[in-house]
Amino acid sequence: MADYKPNEMMTVAAARMLKNDDVCFVGIGQPSAACNLARLTHAPGITLIYESGTLATKPNILPLSIGDGELCETALTTVSVPEMFRYWLQGGRIKVGFLGGAQIDKYANLNTTVVGPYDRPKVRLPGGGGAPEIATSCGEIFIIMAQGKRSFVDRLDFVTSIGHVSGGDSRQKLGVKTKGPTKLITDLALFAPDPETKEMIAVSLHPGVTREQVAENTGWPVRFAAEVAETEPPAAQELEVLRELHARTNRAHIAAA
Amino acid sequence: MAQISSLSEAIAAAVRDGDTLAVEGFTHLIPHAAGHEIIRQGRKRLTLIRMTLDLIYDQLIGMGCVDKLVFSWGGNPGVGSLHRFRDAIENGWPHKLAIEEHSHAAMANAYEAGAAGLPCAIFRGYIGTDLPKVNAQIKTITCPFTGEELAAIPAHRPDVAVIHAQRADKAGNVMIEGVLGVQKEAVLASKRSVVTVEEIVDELPARSLNAVVLPHWTVSHVVEVPGGAFPSYAQGYYPRNNSFYKQWDEVSRDRDGFLAWMKDNVLNKGPEAFAHYVRMPRAAAAE
Repeated sequence: MADYKPNEMMTVAAARMLKNDDVCFVGIGQPSAACNLARLTHAPGITLIYESGTLATKPNILPLSIGDGELCETALTTVSVPEMFRYWLQGGRIKVGFLGGAQIDKYANLNTTVVGPYDRPKVRLPGGGGAPEIATSCGEIFIIMAQGKRSFVDRLDFVTSIGHVSGGDSRQKLGVKTKGPTKLITDLALFAPDPETKEMIAVSLHPGVTREQVAENTGWPVRFAAEVAETEPPAAQELEVLRELHARTNRAHIAAA
Repeated sequence: MAQISSLSEAIAAAVRDGDTLAVEGFTHLIPHAAGHEIIRQGRKRLTLIRMTLDLIYDQLIGMGCVDKLVFSWGGNPGVGSLHRFRDAIENGWPHKLAIEEHSHAAMANAYEAGAAGLPCAIFRGYIGTDLPKVNAQIKTITCPFTGEELAAIPAHRPDVAVIHAQRADKAGNVMIEGVLGVQKEAVLASKRSVVTVEEIVDELPARSLNAVVLPHWTVSHVVEVPGGAFPSYAQGYYPRNNSFYKQWDEVSRDRDGFLAWMKDNVLNKGPEAFAHYVRMPRAAAAE
């Protein structure tokens, strides 16, 4: 078995969730790495869209920001930001939204706004950006986040974007017709919503990860599926493409400095 | 009718204390040179509208120019926190900052509504989030045809829009290429505007029949400032200086270091410094 880091397992597992015919709204950072890994391996036809307006972009290196020139130069076309949010996102053209966050709860609601009270925050985080509407307008949502008790919390300090709200049919009751978070990919495990309660439950553990580890890194009493699978470890080719993508990105950033 | 002038003349004519400004550019074409000029001229009590605060608003906040922010994302893209923004929110330094926080979709819709001359923007948004609880400007409206409840926020109608573009011609027609952001909407929504450009040319170059051009009679001031978007980028001219964005994390982390940097690089410099920044020798040609 190839030697790999938990972070690489997470990115590879996330990339595998994407299909060749997906139209995907990509967040910067982990989601962007996973989406481009998918495009460079099993899903060459995937349509990647960044909120800067770049439509069907094929960056050779990972962008540091959401509107790097690389995204525009390799895109099929680039539309204005109002058009991106109105026609493409709100218009229901996007199948998968890929998000990360600072805090997540068991129903996959996300907080990227504040830690502590809003008016006197302990930590002021960047805020929602595109997430509040990505979370409700995309057909379904994949979330990628490293696990830890500070990020996987029992109660969010602030709801920036919704997942399954308070579970059950509470999301539909708000008038939202899209599926919401269907997959949560962490550095330890894969989660999916319970069909009834919509609580995110662990369905697959990455190789070598124990249930205790998952429980220790989750701020709510974590539930496991009746049958918990073991995630397929990264294949040599997946790791090679991912590492080459990061190496290429680092070289380009150093060269441009 | 666009006036072509120096940057100091344009900012002095367009920007007043207490104004509401939209200084826009979505990662691309962020008008940093114009932002520096606003700081040098000591404008105060500004309300600043911008989707992503970026370094330009971190600098304006840290220099005490800002009373209120209307925004949707306040980080250093791909790097982390904006320390001056955080210090203002968390500790009230250099003074307390009022905030009106939105989502990107809301901000984009509000600019478009402003450009369209509408009083408010209507869109499907904010469902289930806590943002309406902390921002009284987020309201709902019922569609008279379907009964669907939609989000509504006031249109953006800034006093001044400040943007950067690649080119203008001598009449002041402005052409924008690449990642477009909300700049066209911001200019058309504002009472006055300042547009800095990489170059003023005799005639705009060969272009698509649908090129994005702001006619000269829609902009107030056009100023040639080569490199004026640095460390942001100008497609076709120079790339984003990602390492500057990374360095800003260190520069802005403590108050004294920030103030010293601003004194050396903003207060004691002029817009001509920007042409030099983008021509600085690079370790190797960008791939």
